[in-house]
Amino acid sequence: MMQPVLQVSNVGKAYRQYSSELARVLNWFGLSTKPATETWVLRNVSFAIAAGQAVGIVGQNGAGKSTLLKLITGTQRPTEGTISVNGRIAAILELGMGFNPEFTGRQNVYHSAGLMGFSKSEIDSVVLAVEEFAEVGDYFDQIVGTYSSGMQMRVAFSVVTAFRPEILIVDEALSVGDTYFQHKSFNRIREFQEKGTTLLLVSHDRSAIQGLCDRVILLDKGSVIKDGEPEAVMDYYNALIADKENSRVQTRQLENGKTQTISGTGEAQVVELILTNAKKEVAELIGVGEEVTLSVKVKAENNLPKLVLGYMIKDRLGQTMYGTNTWHTGQVISDVSKGSILTYNIKFLMNLGPGTYSISTALVSTDTHLDNNYEWRDLAHVFTVINVDKTHFGGSAWLDPYIEVKLQDSIL
Amino acid sequence: MQGLVLSTWRYRYFIVSSIKVEFRSRFIRSRLGGLWMIIHPLVQAAIFALILGQLLSGRLPDMADNRLAYPIYLLAGTLGWNLFSEVISRCLTVFIDNANLLKKLVFPRTCLPLIVAGSALVNNMLLFAAIVLIFLLLGFVPGVHLVWIPLLTLINLGLSLGLGLILGTLNVFIRDIGQIVPIVLQLGFWFTPIVYAPNILPERIARLLQLNPMYWIIQGYQNAILYNAPPSWTALSVISAIAVVSLGLSFVIFRRANSEIVDVL
Repeated sequence: MMQPVLQVSNVGKAYRQYSSELARVLNWFGLSTKPATETWVLRNVSFAIAAGQAVGIVGQNGAGKSTLLKLITGTQRPTEGTISVNGRIAAILELGMGFNPEFTGRQNVYHSAGLMGFSKSEIDSVVLAVEEFAEVGDYFDQIVGTYSSGMQMRVAFSVVTAFRPEILIVDEALSVGDTYFQHKSFNRIREFQEKGTTLLLVSHDRSAIQGLCDRVILLDKGSVIKDGEPEAVMDYYNALIADKENSRVQTRQLENGKTQTISGTGEAQVVELILTNAKKEVAELIGVGEEVTLSVKVKAENNLPKLVLGYMIKDRLGQTMYGTNTWHTGQVISDVSKGSILTYNIKFLMNLGPGTYSISTALVSTDTHLDNNYEWRDLAHVFTVINVDKTHFGGSAWLDPYIEVKLQDSIL
Repeated sequence: MQGLVLSTWRYRYFIVSSIKVEFRSRFIRSRLGGLWMIIHPLVQAAIFALILGQLLSGRLPDMADNRLAYPIYLLAGTLGWNLFSEVISRCLTVFIDNANLLKKLVFPRTCLPLIVAGSALVNNMLLFAAIVLIFLLLGFVPGVHLVWIPLLTLINLGLSLGLGLILGTLNVFIRDIGQIVPIVLQLGFWFTPIVYAPNILPERIARLLQLNPMYWIIQGYQNAILYNAPPSWTALSVISAIAVVSLGLSFVIFRRANSEIVDVL
C-alpha cells in the first residue's frame, strides 16, 4: 500500500460533563477534577486510507459517523489517539456555509474561498471556472438572497470543488439540487478521484455507495465493526438494521469467494431455491430475454400471523436490478401454522444484460424487513446471463428496440 | 507557534475580506451604515458636554480660560474608551457569534480575534478622523504630542484584546460572564476620568482610581490631544506589560479550551 493520505489510529472521542463549569476551567490548568460524566461516542477507531481510494462510511444514526467526520476535518479534536492527514481536505457537508445573503454570488465566492485559505490571486484564477461550472447565468452578480436553494447549492458546490483537494468528503448533501447538476457534480467527483483524490462518502444510499466506493467502513456504537469490500459490508449492514432481539446474523464464505449474510429470527426459512429456464431445466446460464421460473420453498418454523416473500436481483456490484414482494402484489398469506411448507413460483422474462447476478430473499410480515424479519438471505442464488440470440448491446437491461432509419434527400 | 503564525498569514486574505464584508454589510443594511459607529460616541460626548459642560469646564487644570477645553477633553477620553469597550464586548461573544463557522469549518482560530481587532481599529480610525475634523471646525489645532496616539492605540488594543479573549473563552462555558461584563464596563467608564477630571475627586479616591490601567491610557489620550504633553512613561510601560501578560494568558487559556469549545457550542 502507498503512503496513506489519512491515518486514523486508536481514535476516541468523549464528551465530558463536569459537575460545574468552574471544575472544567480548573481542569485545563491541571488541577485534577474528574469530569462528572464522560460519554464516549467513538472508541478505538483505526484505519488507513490510501490516495485515490473511495471509501464509504455507513452506520445507523448515532453510530458516530458525523463525529468521525468532524474529527477528520479537524473541527473537533479527538480525546485520545491521533489522526494524520496528508494534504488538504474539502468537505461537501454544509454547502453554502458562510454565504451572506446580502452579497452577490461573486462576492460570496471570494469570501468563502478565502475561508478555505486561498489568497486573492488564487481565487482570481478560478473565479471564471466557478462561474461557468455553477451555470447560474446573470444571477452570479446578483445577491444570494434572490437565489433559489438549488442555485445556492450550485454556486456552493462549485466553490468547494474549485481546487482539487487530496481528500474530499461527500455527504447526503449531494442529493439536493436538480438531476442535471447532480450528474455534473458526480462527474467532477469522479474526475477528482481519477486524478488521485481520496473520497470519503457518507450515505444511506446503498446504490451511491456501491456505485462509487471500493471499500466500506461500517460503524456501530462508536467502533468499526466491518471494513472491507462494499457488497459484503453493505449486506452485513442491511442485516444489522433488522437486528432485533432473538435475531441472529450469520455470515459464511461461499465457494466463489463472496460472503453470504443470513439474518433474522428464523421463524420462517427458505429451504429451497431453484431457477429453471424455459425448458423447465435447472440452469446456471440464462439467455437474455429467456422465460424463467424462480421457485422458492419456504418452511414456517413457528405459527406466523402473516407471511410475505420478497426477492431482489442484484448485479455483481450489489446494485438492485429488480425487487418486489408479495405484499406489493397483494398475496400476503395469513395465519401460517407451524411446520407448513409453501412454494412460490415466480415466472418472468430475464430482460437483463449479460453478466452475473445474485438473488436475495426476504421473509417478512409486511412490506419492509424492519418490522418482522423472519429471514433475510443474501446471495441465495447466483446465475449468469448470456446473450444468445439478441443483437449485441451494452448495459444491464434488455430494452428490445425497434430502430427506424429514414434517409432524406439533401435540400441543398 | 511558528506554524500558527504561518497558517494565519495564509488566511490574510480571508481576514481582510471579513473586515470589508462587515463594513459593506453595515452600509447595505442602513443608509448611514458604518457612520453610526461614529455618530454614537460623538452624540454621547455632545450630551455630556451639554449637561456637564457648565459644571466642569472651569475645573480642568490649567484650562480655566479655554471655553473649548472640556469638549476636547471629552472627545479625547471617548476616543480611547470607545476602542477599549468595543474590543472587549466583541471579544466577549466572538466564539459564540461564530459558533456555526467553528463547528463546520477548519481555519486558524486566530483569524477571529484579528478580524475583531481589525474592524475595531478601522472604526476607531474613522472616529479619530471625525474628531480631528470637529477640532478643525472649532478652530483647535492639536500639538506635536498627537504623535503618541498610535502607540496609545496599540497598547489599548493589546490590553482590551487580551482581557476580552480571556473573558470570551470563559463565556463559552460560563454564559453569566456575558451578562456581567457589560455592567463592569459601564462601571469602568465612570471609574475612569473621561467625563470628569481626577482633581475634582477626594485625594484618597483619586489614588484608588490610579489602580485602573485605563486611567493611565485615557490620561495619555488627554495629554496627547488637549494638553500637548507626552503620556506617563512609567505607567505606560507597566500597562504594556499587563497587556502582554493578558495576551499570553488568553492564548494559553484558549489553547487549553480549544478542543472543548466546539463540543460545547
